[in-house]
Amino acid sequence: MELSTVWFLLIAVLWTGYLVLEGFDFGVGMLLPILGRSDTQRRVLINSIGPVWDGNEVWLLTAGGATFAAFPEWYATMFSGFYLPLLLILLALIVRVVAFEWRGKIDDDRWRRRADRALIVGSWVPAVLWGVAFGNLVRGVHLGPDHQYVGTFIDLLNPFALLGGATTALIFLSHGAVFLALKTGGEVREKAAALAARSSVATLVVAGAFAIWTQLAYSSVAWTWAATAVAALALLALVFATRRRREGWAFVASAVAIVAAVVLIFGSMYPDVMPGLDPANSLTVQNASSSDYTLTIMTWVAALLTPLVLVYQGWTYWVFRKRISAEQIPAHTGLTFPG
Amino acid sequence: MDALDLARWQFGITTVYHFIFVPLTIGLSPLVALMQTFWVRTGDEKWLRLTKFFGKLLLINFAIGVATGIVQEFQFGMNWSEYSRFVGDVFGAPLAMEALAAFFVESTFLGLWIFGWDKLPKRIHLATIWAVAIATNLSAYFILAANSWMQHPVGTVFNERTGRAEMTDIGAVLSNSTLLAAFPHTIAAAFLTAGTFIAGIGAWWMVRSVRRDDEATAHVYRPAVVLGVVTMLISGVAIAGTGDQQAKLMYDQQPMKMSSAEALCEGETGASLSLLTIGDVSNSCDGNLTTIVSIPGVTSFLATGSFDAYLPGVTELQQRSEDLYGAGVDYRPNLVMTYWSFRLMIGLGMGSAALAAAALWLLRRRRVVGHRWFAILGILALPTPFLASSFGWIFTEMGRQPWVVAPNPNPSGVDGVWMLTARGVSTSVSPGMVLTSMIAFTALYAVLAVVWFKLMHRYAVEGVAASERDPSPDGPDADPEAPDDRPLSFAY
Repeated sequence: MELSTVWFLLIAVLWTGYLVLEGFDFGVGMLLPILGRSDTQRRVLINSIGPVWDGNEVWLLTAGGATFAAFPEWYATMFSGFYLPLLLILLALIVRVVAFEWRGKIDDDRWRRRADRALIVGSWVPAVLWGVAFGNLVRGVHLGPDHQYVGTFIDLLNPFALLGGATTALIFLSHGAVFLALKTGGEVREKAAALAARSSVATLVVAGAFAIWTQLAYSSVAWTWAATAVAALALLALVFATRRRREGWAFVASAVAIVAAVVLIFGSMYPDVMPGLDPANSLTVQNASSSDYTLTIMTWVAALLTPLVLVYQGWTYWVFRKRISAEQIPAHTGLTFPG
Repeated sequence: MDALDLARWQFGITTVYHFIFVPLTIGLSPLVALMQTFWVRTGDEKWLRLTKFFGKLLLINFAIGVATGIVQEFQFGMNWSEYSRFVGDVFGAPLAMEALAAFFVESTFLGLWIFGWDKLPKRIHLATIWAVAIATNLSAYFILAANSWMQHPVGTVFNERTGRAEMTDIGAVLSNSTLLAAFPHTIAAAFLTAGTFIAGIGAWWMVRSVRRDDEATAHVYRPAVVLGVVTMLISGVAIAGTGDQQAKLMYDQQPMKMSSAEALCEGETGASLSLLTIGDVSNSCDGNLTTIVSIPGVTSFLATGSFDAYLPGVTELQQRSEDLYGAGVDYRPNLVMTYWSFRLMIGLGMGSAALAAAALWLLRRRRVVGHRWFAILGILALPTPFLASSFGWIFTEMGRQPWVVAPNPNPSGVDGVWMLTARGVSTSVSPGMVLTSMIAFTALYAVLAVVWFKLMHRYAVEGVAASERDPSPDGPDADPEAPDDRPLSFAY
C-alpha cells in the first residue's frame, strides 16, 4: 500500500479516536442541563469525565497535527476554507476547557452557573459543527484549480451538511447518555438510561438517513455499504440495548456506530481527501500528501507512539472505572471572592 | 488593514497571550513535582502543603495554557494556509510529534494527578506529576524545533515540481543548532518564571507570617522561597550562557536580526551595546540618535566573541539581501521593535535573577525575613520574567521579518528554502473574516485574562490554608478496607 494511503487510514483512525472518546464527553456536557437538576447532579456528570476529557481532546490536536504533516494541502485548504465553523469550534473548546478546570475553584452559585453555561455551549457547538464539517467534506466543496476553497460560508450550510450536524449531535448525545448510564449511580444513572432509550430512536432515524444519503449520493464504491450496514445495525442494537438496560452493550453499540460512520465517510471520500464539486480540482491522497520521506518518518513515530498512548489512556480508564454517584461528591472546596 | 496585517496581528496577539501562561506551566510543573518528591521522601507535612498550594495555582494556569494552545495548532491552516502548504512537509512533523509524544502524556497524566490522590499508591501518584513535568518540557522541544526551522531551515530542499519545501533529514531538523540553543534558553526562562513565581509569593507570605508573629507558618514558606530563589539563580546563569550562544548563532545565521537588535544602521567596528537611546531608532536611519549610556564593544562581543569585531549595519545587509533575493523588498525588520524588545528582554530577565542573589543572602542559615520591602520586592518581581519572555519572542519573531522562513546566506549557508511572510497568508480568507476572528479571540482572551488573574490572586492570598478543606490525600494503601462509595478525594 502506498504511504499516502496508509496516512489517510491513520488520519481516519485519529478522527475515530477523537469522535468516539470526545463524543461521549461532548454528550455529557450537552446533557448537563437535562440530566443535572441540582448542582450535585451536575457535578456527578462533570466528574464522570473529569479525569479523562483532556486526554480525549488531544486526539483532535493529533489529528490536526498529523493532517498538517502528512497532507499539508488538505490541512491548508480545509482550515482556511472552513474558517468560520472552525472559529466557532475553537471558541467553544476554549471556554469548555477553562470551565472544567475553573468551575470548582470558586464556591459560588453564580460562578458555577456561568461555568455550566460554558460547558453546555462548549459541548453543543462542536458536536453540531463537526458533523457539518464532515458532511461538507464527503459531499465536496467548491475548490479552485489551485486547490483553494472558493465557496462561501453559506455554501457550507447545505441540507446534507446540516443533517450531518444533526447526526453528530444526536449520536454524541446518545453516546454520552449511555456513558453516563454506565459510569454513574443513583438518580443520574436512571435518568440517563431512560433518556438514552428515547434518544437512541431519534439517532437511529437521523443518523440512518444521513448514512444512506451519504452512501447513495456520495460514495463511489460498493464496499462502503458494509459500513452503512454496520452503522445501521449498531444503531439498532443501541435502541434494543438501551431498552433492555444492557449498559455495557449500549456503549459498545454507540461506539461502533461512530466508528462505522467514520469508515463510511473516509471510505466514500477515498481517493480524495477533499473532493471538489468539480472533480478536476479535488485534493487527493496523491496531490495533497507530503513527501515519501516525511511520511516514512511519521509512520515510524505513529507506529511506536500510538500503541503506547492507548496503553496509558486505557490504564486511566481502568483507574477511574468505578461508578460515581451523588453520595460520593464531596462538599465544595473552592474559595469565595470577598464581597 | 489588509488580511496580511490582520493575520499578523492575530498571530502576535494569540501567541504572546498563549506564551504568558506556558512558561509558568513548563517551569512550575517540575518544581511542584520536586515539592511532592520532598514530601514523599521525607514525610514532612509542609512539603505536602506547598505541593497542594502551588499545585492549585499550577492547575488554574494549566487550563488556560491548554485552552489557548488549541488555537495555535489550527491558525496556521486558517490564516496562513499558503505558509502551511509550502512548509507542511517539514513544519508539520514536529507539531504532530508534539501532540503524540507530549500532549497525550501531559493531559492524561494530569488527570491522573488531579483525581488520583487516593486512588494511586503514593509513589505512582508522584510519578504522574513527573510525567506531566517531563511532557511539558518535551512539548517545548518539539515546538521549538518547528520555530527554529523557520529561523534556520535545515534538512530541507525546495522541490521545484511541487513548489513546496520538503524534508530530507529529520535528524537535522531535530538537532538544528538554533534549536539546541533556543531550547535550553526557553526552558531556563521558564524556570526563571516559575522560580520567581514561587519565591515572590512565598516571600510575601513569609514576611506576612513573621510580622504576625506566626513563626511556624513563616517556616512553611521559607523552603519555598529558597527553592524559588535557587531556581532563579541557576536559570539566570543558564539564560545568560545560552543567550550568548544564541547571539553568536544569530550573527552567523541571521546577521540582519543581530544588527537590528542594536538598531545598527551603518557598520561599526567594536559595536557598543547602548542601554539607553533617545531619538529615532526607526528604519529611517537618519542618524538622529543620542545614546545616553552604552558599553563599548559589547554588541560585537555578543555577536562574535570579540570586542572589536566589525558588525555590518542594516543598510549594508539590505543591499546584500537585495543582491541575493531581489530588489523591491525591505529586508530590514522594524528596528524600534527589535531594539527595544531586545533590551527589555535582557533587562527584565537579568533583573529578576539579580534579585535572587540578594534574597539568598538574606535567607542564609535558616533565617526568615520579616522586612516589608522584601515582600514588596517579591511581588514586584513576579511579572518581570513573564514580560522578559514575551519581549524575547517579540524580538525573535519580529527580528526575522520580512521572512516567515528566513534564508541563512552566511557562511553555514542554509539557504535552499525561504518564504516571505507576505506570501504565507491565506489567499481565500477575506480581511473581514480575519478581523472577525481577531476580535473574537481578543475579546474572549481579555475576559479569560481577568478571570485567570482573579483566580490566581485569590488562591495566592489564601496561601497554604486553601487546601485545608480538601479531603485527606491518603493513598489506597492507607486503608484497604475503605468502602468503594467513600467520597472522592477531589471533584470538580
